[in-house]
Amino acid sequence: MSTSSLETASNPEGLRRIVIDPVSRVEGHGKVTILLDEMQRVQQVRLHIVEFRGFEKFIEGRPYWEVPVMVQRLCGICPVSHHLAASKALDRVVGAMPVTVSADKLRRLMHHGQIVQSHALHFFHLASPDLLFGLGAERDRRNIVGVAEAYPDTARQGILLRKFGQEIIRATSGKRVHGTGSVPGGMNRLVSAEDHAMLRAEVPQMLAWAQGAVDLVRRLHEQNPALYEGFASSPAPMMSLVGRDGAMELYDGVLRIRDANGAMLVDGVDDQRYRELIDEAVKPWTYMKFPYLRSMGAEAGWYRVGPLARLQNCDFIPTPRAEAQRRAFIDVHGGQVVHAALAFHWARMIEVLHGVEVIADLLDDPDILGGALMASGPRQAQGVGIIEAPRGTLIHDYTVGENDLVSRCNLIVATTHNNQAMNEAVRSVALQYLDGQTITEPLLNHIEVAIRAYDPCLSCATHALGRMPLAVTLRDAAGAVIDHVHRSSDGDTVRDRRPHAAEAP
Amino acid sequence: MTPELSAAVDVVAPVLVLGWGNPSRGDDALGPMFIERFEAFSQASMPPGSVECLTDFQLQIEHALDLIGRVRVLLVDASVELDAPFQVSVPRAARDASFTTHALAPEALLQVYRELHHGEPPPCTLLAIRAAHFELGEPPAAQALADLEQALAWAKRWLRSPPTVEKETP
Repeated sequence: MSTSSLETASNPEGLRRIVIDPVSRVEGHGKVTILLDEMQRVQQVRLHIVEFRGFEKFIEGRPYWEVPVMVQRLCGICPVSHHLAASKALDRVVGAMPVTVSADKLRRLMHHGQIVQSHALHFFHLASPDLLFGLGAERDRRNIVGVAEAYPDTARQGILLRKFGQEIIRATSGKRVHGTGSVPGGMNRLVSAEDHAMLRAEVPQMLAWAQGAVDLVRRLHEQNPALYEGFASSPAPMMSLVGRDGAMELYDGVLRIRDANGAMLVDGVDDQRYRELIDEAVKPWTYMKFPYLRSMGAEAGWYRVGPLARLQNCDFIPTPRAEAQRRAFIDVHGGQVVHAALAFHWARMIEVLHGVEVIADLLDDPDILGGALMASGPRQAQGVGIIEAPRGTLIHDYTVGENDLVSRCNLIVATTHNNQAMNEAVRSVALQYLDGQTITEPLLNHIEVAIRAYDPCLSCATHALGRMPLAVTLRDAAGAVIDHVHRSSDGDTVRDRRPHAAEAP
Repeated sequence: MTPELSAAVDVVAPVLVLGWGNPSRGDDALGPMFIERFEAFSQASMPPGSVECLTDFQLQIEHALDLIGRVRVLLVDASVELDAPFQVSVPRAARDASFTTHALAPEALLQVYRELHHGEPPPCTLLAIRAAHFELGEPPAAQALADLEQALAWAKRWLRSPPTVEKETP
């Protein structure tokens, strides 16, 4: 059964509504609504994301040179990606095309540090509890502490891989957080000799751990291929940057789109022309936009970005260990394109290995220790910066006035690109697991696992104590609340009849 | 831990003050603002190297490494659960039972430390400051800033003489 038909039920007024809000262990606010008919069959499924608004207002009117620093505050999970995408866009405004060799390599080093630390956090902290204990495991075990107890080496390696990536970021941006290293036109710092020596000494161990992480997720896949190849599968076109030679390219390249079967739809498109390829649709039931391929239209043109798309979009990975793992991934799947949600994890770990290999190469390059850092040229009014952030393609698009203030901006983040793909994944799971039966903890977790595979960043860095309970609301056909369950901050499940404030009637 | 990373934490200040939050999301800025103010105070009033102040967007697994070698730790965050301007408590290591997001609860951070290092974390105190508004691009509310002042006053006393009670509100 196609899942797209489950976006809007034909008679929603006569259906029961189940709301899961927010999705646990996913960044920010999100909720899932599932409407059942009188026969307990799934009739409508939607993933609501409520916090993606205000980005443009936050940026417009600011001096352009402030922007690479300010945009880091849009997301507490991937601030470096915003830092670099904004810098790339504003390089064009200051005429720095290209930036210097040293600036390019320092930014690449910073970016791959971000890839490694973000992917390590996702896999070891968010995903591995599900994968190592199984999707139906009890809630108390499905967290990093459970992993640390049962798999101490895995948890320790995850933390130290993440720490390594963060040390790369600190060495290139100047700070652990709120770094200022990248600026419009280049960089403002080199890697110090002390940091260089410390980081180089870590590389052999990090390579070994990254290799081990790929091997781990591959073994998990081979132990249960039916689950890993079928769970939450939603075929879709794939978009990413690639190098001009077709290589995996995470920092700067041209746009490529393949269809769901892997056939080339678009290739070699300059990043400044992204608006010729994609547009954004608005739907009345969510604040979040739905990007789509103009050539296919708003309904059929949705696509996927992120590690799984990047791995299958490129022709090769330009580092040997990761390329060997990419070939293994393709061989295991018989050369068929994979769209299953859990395959994200394998792709993500291959990218970690690639990231550490790139870091190793750059740490051997003298250009990160010396050389010119800034470039300039004829001023432009506009600039687009596209980067492959850990979660997928990130677009920053600015217009700057003669008064140096940003007069217009458009940001498309990876989670927005994947909005429809995540909706389709949730519908696939709901069809398979929520056929009118009681909503149990393992069943809820199946939905969450599907969303978590995309590693969505649903909101940005608001993490006050006590702000994130999990709540489930059940409404009858007349709209009345018949059940409401939420978790207290200490993990207890509380059942009451209080309607959830975030739910639309 | 690899020897190189271990060396990086060989010499640490005995007191760590770690606050988190997004400086551009309303009252979520209370953690970073606290750190900025407290760092200035400690540098002016304490011997060099005796206090380290760290800030981040959110509490994360790697912060377990920042606890290594400390004599005592103060954790600071905004909280939506308070009626009082601030609350002081002693977090106990526990599995992360709350459905948080990418971030850890303070209790879970201590548990990660315990599991990774096979020992008890240093004594930690959690300072939660009352918060209510979290809009992107908005400054902290006047009430939040007033609560921050009270929390800072308490923390300055904490730095000089650690409290012995498990939970405290003004």
